[in-house]
Formats: sequence, structure tokens, C-alpha cells
Amino acid sequence: MAAVRCVDLCKTYRQGDQDIKALDHVSIEIESGGFVCLSAPSGGGKTTLLNAIGGLDIPDSGEVWVAGQRIDQMSKGQLADLRLANIGFVFQAYNLIPVLTARENVEFVMQVQGVPAAERRGKAVAILDEVGLRGLEDRRPAEMSGGQQQRVAVARAIVSKPALVLADEPTANLDSKTSDGLMELFTELNEHHNTTFVIATHDQRVMAFARRVVHMLDGRIVDDVEQNAA
Amino acid sequence: MRMLPVLFRLAWRYLWRNHRRTLIMVGAITVGAWAMIFMTSLTRGMVDQMVRDGISVLPGHVQVHNPAYLDDPSIANRLPYTDAELRQMFTDDEFRAWASRVRVPAVVSSERESRGVTLLGIDPEPERGFSFVDYDAVEGRFLDGPDDSGIVIGKELADTLETGVGKRIVLMSQDPDNEIADRGFRIVGLFTANMPNFEKSYVFIGKHTAQKMLRMGDTTTEAVFLGDDYRNVEPTWERVSAAVDGGVVVSRWYEIDTYLGAMLKVMDGFVLVWVVVIFLALSFGLVNTLVMAVFERIREIGLMLALGMKPSSILGQIVIESMLLLLVGLTIGNLLAWATVVPLEGGIDISVVAKGMEMFGAGSVLYPKLYLGDVILADVVVLILGFLASLSPAWRASRYEPVEAITKVE
Repeated sequence: MAAVRCVDLCKTYRQGDQDIKALDHVSIEIESGGFVCLSAPSGGGKTTLLNAIGGLDIPDSGEVWVAGQRIDQMSKGQLADLRLANIGFVFQAYNLIPVLTARENVEFVMQVQGVPAAERRGKAVAILDEVGLRGLEDRRPAEMSGGQQQRVAVARAIVSKPALVLADEPTANLDSKTSDGLMELFTELNEHHNTTFVIATHDQRVMAFARRVVHMLDGRIVDDVEQNAA
Repeated sequence: MRMLPVLFRLAWRYLWRNHRRTLIMVGAITVGAWAMIFMTSLTRGMVDQMVRDGISVLPGHVQVHNPAYLDDPSIANRLPYTDAELRQMFTDDEFRAWASRVRVPAVVSSERESRGVTLLGIDPEPERGFSFVDYDAVEGRFLDGPDDSGIVIGKELADTLETGVGKRIVLMSQDPDNEIADRGFRIVGLFTANMPNFEKSYVFIGKHTAQKMLRMGDTTTEAVFLGDDYRNVEPTWERVSAAVDGGVVVSRWYEIDTYLGAMLKVMDGFVLVWVVVIFLALSFGLVNTLVMAVFERIREIGLMLALGMKPSSILGQIVIESMLLLLVGLTIGNLLAWATVVPLEGGIDISVVAKGMEMFGAGSVLYPKLYLGDVILADVVVLILGFLASLSPAWRASRYEPVEAITKVE
């Protein structure tokens, strides 16, 4: 079964007097366990497609299927449940809740899921250790660097082992070493837990880790390339 | 329910994110809560005193009269029971206190002046606990017993009559046959009262002396009963009603003094209005605080929605934040009110305005009274109204689209 299936998606934004076609009849299918990069210049439609797949944005027309469920007709509450149970998000910026510590941010999704306190605390500490943030568990976002914050966001996205991880420019604020470390972590999760990754990026180093790169331009898919990952 | 801990944590942390704004709002709520409770306690104290003074003159929480007496309080309309019969009907341990008495209009004359008064023929001992006269503070002495041949009058009346302790005055009223009944008395004591008007209006003689003077045998005009709480007189009323027959009327104090009864209800309404008015002033600050708190974290709300938090939880978070803010302010306000009211419960001297207060039936000392019920009423009203006031910003916060909220530019 496909982890993600989009059929003939269209989305138009109004900007001033102009209509901007963010998605223009986009169809794509991503297999379960896939590791896909969406590549496009700014305004190419990759973030809009990622948001549509995550149920954060509703397309004007077309169908979006995630984990076998059609999500473009779901209510807000149903979408929230779907995201909570199946999808991990990493955004480019403003990823963390500033009043919570690193550990509490990682625990946040598990707490909403209803995971018992001891279990979620153990998982949060372990995953923070895994992303190289041991000793920073009790720091608030304002007390961490951009790279450290991004790693906390990644830890939060993957800690409850979602079937699908959607990442929008996850390495935008990271140095190359941290960026490589993060991508290796994604690769490992993809290979060992069969987690499907869809990453919007225009970073060539990130694309090198993907087995499939989908190129977009002006809201359309212009190229779809299978490749050997790094 | 499983969301509550995380919602409380988020609400509490967000509350102190901008601690200066929160402290200002907590300060406003504290002052508002203090003002609500302090003013209420002053009002309650005043009303309490008015009612107690009123009941001490009536006196009693429940009274038994001849049905015609209430319209025409003359000796002809006395009770159909003798004192001996009343003592068989009621025992001392059933009530906090009870007594039967003679209460009729009379004229008192000195060698210089005459005045219309209310004659009270009493047995002083049973009435010691609830009389408006402090027996021990009487200049001279109070009555020794029901057979005392002296008279005790108010200080103000003595001044009016230009008389004093040891001098003689004449008391005149009517007997059951509508014949003049009069007698000379020596003044044995002058009493003072909270209400100067009482000092002008009442004179005390022994009950048996009154019965002899008025030629009414062993009868009286009223029997009075005191329960535990003037706000809850039903148990006393039921007990008394069960003991008497249809030839008398059993009245609660507020049925006899309808002004006092109405005043009590008006004050209950006044307290509620006062609480609501204060809250309305507070609500502007509260709503402004919440709107600002929501506005400055739109992106974080978008993030929470994106991560799977439901809109209802966002709404809950903002409402909880409002409730926590109110609870902190109310708690401090309650403690402050308690700390300021309790030291004043001994009484505040308002003799400067006593003449004006007397018009309302209040004395010259105000005893603030802190009732738990009033504190709870103020707190509950504020919490309910605060909940309603917070719904609008909370609703707005929960309606954000995640993707729009996350990309919001400040």
C-alpha cells in the first residue's frame, strides 16, 4: 500500500491581484518506506505539497490519501487525530514551544497521545541522546542554538515512530556536519523502522541521501528521479 | 481528560512568559476581589447590625400574638394564654431563649414633659440574652425581676423629660376595659442603646407590675422566641406553630418588620450587583491580556495544531490560562480581604456620620462581617464571568488554520 497518494491536486493562492498556482494538477504516489525529496526553487510548490500531504492545507481540488485514508475531506478534528497518530513534522523554523524544555517539547506529542509519563520520559531522554543533545534536556529553546533546536524538533518528530515524517527544509539552519548527522539519523530510521520520509529541500547534500528526488517548478512536477542514496 | 495535565502546564507556563503583564493583571484582580469582599463585609456588617438591633427591639426571631394585636397593639388584643399555660407549652431548652411580655403604647410624664412611649413589661432574666439593653451598662440599675416596682427609661428620654435616676414619673395607658390605667414609678435606671431613637421610645417595668397596673391578670401581649440564626428561623417557627392553636398568629421577624426583611433581600441583591460591576471593570483587562497572549503566540498555536492538538484543546488551554489568572488573583484578594476585615470585626466607629446612618436604622459602630458564603459568591461569580469573557479570545485561537498560523509574520 502506498504511504501517500496525491491525485490531480490543485491549489491556488490569491496574492494581491494575482492568482498564484501553488499546485497545478500534481499527482504523486510514495511507497511505504520511501525516502523522497521534493526539490524546487522558492515558490515551486514543494511546501504546499508537503502541507497538503500533512493535512495542514486543503487543496482546491484533487485527492490526498495518507495511510489508506482520504484526508482532503476530513474535519479538523479527524485531521488532528491522523497527524497525531501517523505523521511527524519538522518545520523550517519556529519548531518548538518556547515555554517547554527540550525534553518536554519531545514529550509533547506523546503526552497528547496519552503515553504514560514514565514511558514518555524514558523515550524522550533516549531520543535526545540519539540526536546528540544529552545534558541539554532541561534547557528551553531560547537557551539553545538554532541547530540544537532543530535537532529537538527532529527528535520530537521521530520519537513516537510515526509511519510518515514530513520535513520542510530540515537542515536550513544547520551546519554541514550537523546536517549530515541528521540525514544519517533519518536514513537509519527509514531503513530500520520502515519510516517513510518526504523532505522538501533545495539542499543538494540532503538530496544525496534520498532514493527518489521529485523536482517541481511553478506548482508542477517536472521530473521524478530514482537514485542510489549516499 | 488526559489532555488536562499538558493543558495546565502550558497555560501556567504561558501565563508567566510575560510575567510583568501577568503580575499587573493579578494585581488588578487582587484589588478587585479585595474590594468586592471588603465592601460586602461592610454592607453585611451594617445590615447584620440593623437586623440584630431590629430583632432586639421586636424582639426575637418568632413571635406569637393575638391576630388583632399587629394592627392594634392594645391591651384588649392580648394573648389568649396565661403565663402559666405558656410555660406548659414551651420549655427553656427548646430555644436559645424565649419570654412572654407586656408591650403596649403608653404616655410617660415628668413634672415638666410628657411623651408617648412603648411600655415593656418584662421578666428581665429570660430577656437578658437578647434585649437591646445591656443590663450591666445601665446608669443606676436594671430591673431586679418581674415584681420590681421601679422603671428603667432611656437616657435620651430622661433628657427630654428633664428627669433622672431617683426621680418619679407617671405612666399612663389603658386597661382591658378601656379605662385609664396609670401609676407613678421611681426611675431606677437609665439605659443607653446603639440607636438613640430606642432610648426615646421604650420604657421597662417588671412584668407582674405591668400586669397589675393594666389589670390583665396573668396574661401578656406577646411571646417571643429566639432561634440560632435570624437567617434561618423556620425550625423555630415550626416548633412554635405546632404548639399553639388557631387563636393566635405565629410570625417570623421579617413578617413583623417588613422594612428589615426587605432590606435584607435588597442587600443580597446589592452584593451581587456590586460583584458584577467590579468584574465588568476587571473584564476589560482580562480580555485584553488574553487577546495579547493569543496574538503573540499564533505561530505556536499553529505548531500545536500541526502536531495533532485538537482545536478544542487550544480553546481549553486559553480558558485554563484565564481561570488560573483569576484563581491566583482571587486567592490573594481573598487573603487580603480576610487580613483587613478580621482586625476590624471589633467595630469601626462611624459616629461622625451616625446621625445619617440612624435614618437607615444603623448604629454608630459598624461591625464588618466576613461570611464564607459571600466570599464564595464573589469568587464563583468572577470565575463564571471570567470563563465567559475568555471564550471569545479562546475561540479565535482555536479557529486558526495551522498552516496560516505557522507562517504568520509578526
